[in-house]
Amino acid sequence: MKAGEVLPPLEVPVTRTLIVAGAIASRDYQDVHHDAELAREKGSPDIFMNILTTNGLVGRYITDHFGPTAVLRRVAIRLGAPNYPGDTMVLTGEVTEVEFGDDGDTAQVRVIGKNGIGSHVTGTVTVTVPAVPATPALAPAPAAPAASAVSEEGSPS
Amino acid sequence: MEATGRERGQAVAGRRTAQAVGKGALEYEDLRAFEGRVAATAAEGKDRVNEPMIRHWCEAMGDTNPAYEGPDAIAPPTMLQAWTMGGLSGNEGRSAAFDDLLGLLDAAGYTSVVATDCEQEYLRPLRPGDAVTFDAVIESVSPLKTTKLGTGHFVTTRMDVRADGELAGTHRFRILKYTPAARGPARSRSDDARKKLRPRPVVNRDNAGFWAGVAEHRLLLQRCRGCGTLRFPWLPGCNGCGGQEWDTVEASGEGTVFSYVVMHHPPFPAFDPPYAVGLVELAEGVRIVSNVVGVPCDKVRIGMPVRLEFLRVDEELELPVFRAVEGGEV
Repeated sequence: MKAGEVLPPLEVPVTRTLIVAGAIASRDYQDVHHDAELAREKGSPDIFMNILTTNGLVGRYITDHFGPTAVLRRVAIRLGAPNYPGDTMVLTGEVTEVEFGDDGDTAQVRVIGKNGIGSHVTGTVTVTVPAVPATPALAPAPAAPAASAVSEEGSPS
Repeated sequence: MEATGRERGQAVAGRRTAQAVGKGALEYEDLRAFEGRVAATAAEGKDRVNEPMIRHWCEAMGDTNPAYEGPDAIAPPTMLQAWTMGGLSGNEGRSAAFDDLLGLLDAAGYTSVVATDCEQEYLRPLRPGDAVTFDAVIESVSPLKTTKLGTGHFVTTRMDVRADGELAGTHRFRILKYTPAARGPARSRSDDARKKLRPRPVVNRDNAGFWAGVAEHRLLLQRCRGCGTLRFPWLPGCNGCGGQEWDTVEASGEGTVFSYVVMHHPPFPAFDPPYAVGLVELAEGVRIVSNVVGVPCDKVRIGMPVRLEFLRVDEELELPVFRAVEGGEV
């Protein structure tokens, strides 16, 4: 990896199911994440994705790309335009800095997630990819699986 | 320390609740007094780190990372906060300071909440079986800020998360407690009804003739008496020669989509997105912005033939719109 490396984008259809499943999986029962009527009473046009789900998706985006041996060190995100049902968020990333160490290379990745109304999330992820071991079978996964994850994500279930 | 914070917070909250009735202003100093106060001490996660919750998380996120399954599984690091959530049964072991602060903001009218920032550092992976404990402190309360969502205060907390007593991660979290913009709590029913109507056109002496035409189901274009140039929308003078004398020509109603957008966001109460807004080029050569109807919004295409019709929107309002011509797909 090197500074300037651009990650392939990940397209995330923001379904009502994803918003609710993410909220429940993160134990977040705030009504604005599952009850459209109460969300509207609170001034929101619909339910919207909670920050924990966004955080999880950003983490997934990074490890999808750098492979299962990648170690997340830090994830810092800021939310902007909410993720409402029916929208699509496209995550993009760029390596801004790489530090080479004995235990592997540590990259700073700038991540942006845009949806139909603007920038949903901007953030920085610090990730360490351990040095490639001698055994090829344990080598970090190439970037290819991230691309296939895109198409899987795109098919409604 | 904690008891002091709680007592002070409650005293302040009580005083402010009384004042809020009389629409008393919230003093920023009262909010700042919460900075540094403990929000949770040695609170316990409801569940030990466990495979089912990890799997449910991965399913929701679409995360197929093999590191999160099997005998050596770790929990996804970004799950850090999930292990500290109170769920439906709420939080025990938290100090009252945080609730007091939120109560104070609620009483002052900042009743809505939205998370804005999350910064996590992961020091050691969490594994199934780990017992999670956490301490949290209120790091800062911002002065009153006006955002797109509304006006309110940002509240930042910092949490240390431990696994079997060992520091596993830190978590800084920022929320905005706010009063939603343009949605006063005292909105009346008639306001609601009015909001569901489409915006009224502004009719003035420069465009009254156009609206008089619409009332007769005629789409009238202006024609310059000096140079004969047609113009739309209605204007006092000619773009071509500056002439101020004009008469009108009735449009045939035939046109094609010159350009269009599909509106998804933001939704307005009177409209039902998604819908297509077209720039229709009339057979006479001028263009008009209007809805393209009679075809799904994702089937609207540039060059598509359309025909004028009049849509009665409500009792008081009728508008020229354009219907896609049958079999006229591009």
